[in-house]
Amino acid sequence: MTIQKVQVVERILDANDQIAEQNKKKLDQAGVYSINIMASPGSGKTSVILRTIEKMMGEYKIAVIEGDTAPVTIDADKITAMGIPAVQINTGGQCHLDANLLERGISALNLNELDLVIVENVGNLICPASFKIGTHANVVISSIPEGDDKPYKYPNIYRGIDTLILNKIDLLPYVDFRKEYFKQGIELLNPGLSIFELSCKTGEGFNQWIEWLKSRISKRNS
Amino acid sequence: MHELAITESILNIAQKHASQAKALKVTDINIVIGKFSSIVDDSVQFYWDIISKNTICENSKLHFEKRPAKFLCLDCSNEFEFIEEIMPCPVCSSLRVKLISGEEFWLDSIEIER
Repeated sequence: MTIQKVQVVERILDANDQIAEQNKKKLDQAGVYSINIMASPGSGKTSVILRTIEKMMGEYKIAVIEGDTAPVTIDADKITAMGIPAVQINTGGQCHLDANLLERGISALNLNELDLVIVENVGNLICPASFKIGTHANVVISSIPEGDDKPYKYPNIYRGIDTLILNKIDLLPYVDFRKEYFKQGIELLNPGLSIFELSCKTGEGFNQWIEWLKSRISKRNS
Repeated sequence: MHELAITESILNIAQKHASQAKALKVTDINIVIGKFSSIVDDSVQFYWDIISKNTICENSKLHFEKRPAKFLCLDCSNEFEFIEEIMPCPVCSSLRVKLISGEEFWLDSIEIER
């Protein structure tokens, strides 16, 4: 018997990343743009999605993939009530979506009839950061009541994202949230990242976010 | 919690390479892990002991080579280490910094008996 060292040098999430690439290819072939929305629980992911749908559904065909840890259809029901197809993926307690789960979600949709797929990841600021799923853009939603220290406490989630939404800005007068401190953290982790400050409650700031999303979709289709 | 999924990936990769090398047994697994990769190595070890049972990797040891997270200041070229909190360049206070290492996460090698 001999003892031997075998060089491997393989990225541990390589298998996931390969499936993510295939997901992106499938979406590309169907001409669909997709975004992955990540945030902590209670940051307003579903509210942002509902408002976004409301503003875009006249012009774009949209579907939503809902990642949930429990088989509760509260979020999916709100989406389908608007007449938008929603696929719920129950992760069975797993704290994030991975590429394999997204594959299941996009297989359940008729991609050829769609322009935009919005993926609502599981509410969590840690685990989703490690798993690419194959969408075109990664978006994090932060919200004022969560506090201004989130980039310092959960730095990973802000790396490699394409834009950030700062939600619930209508609550700024009531909460000690140092916007400059928050933005400094973001700038250190992801220089030049665009940040959309908005409120689902008042609708303030929504147009800029919608413009950004529309320009991404049209760039992708040209 | 995502450590379980990650541990399963480690097992898959180790088994693949062990079988390619016609190993009888895997004794050690060497993993490179950056400080910025948000993986808790104790949790990985915990899951490993459970899921590697009855596989070629049973009773093997996981070794984590930890790499520090380092930032480079784009204004004064100072390199500084991330210890507990992200911060502006400690020399010139610039916010223009770039993470140059710390996101590593790969399986470097396995040690086998054959």
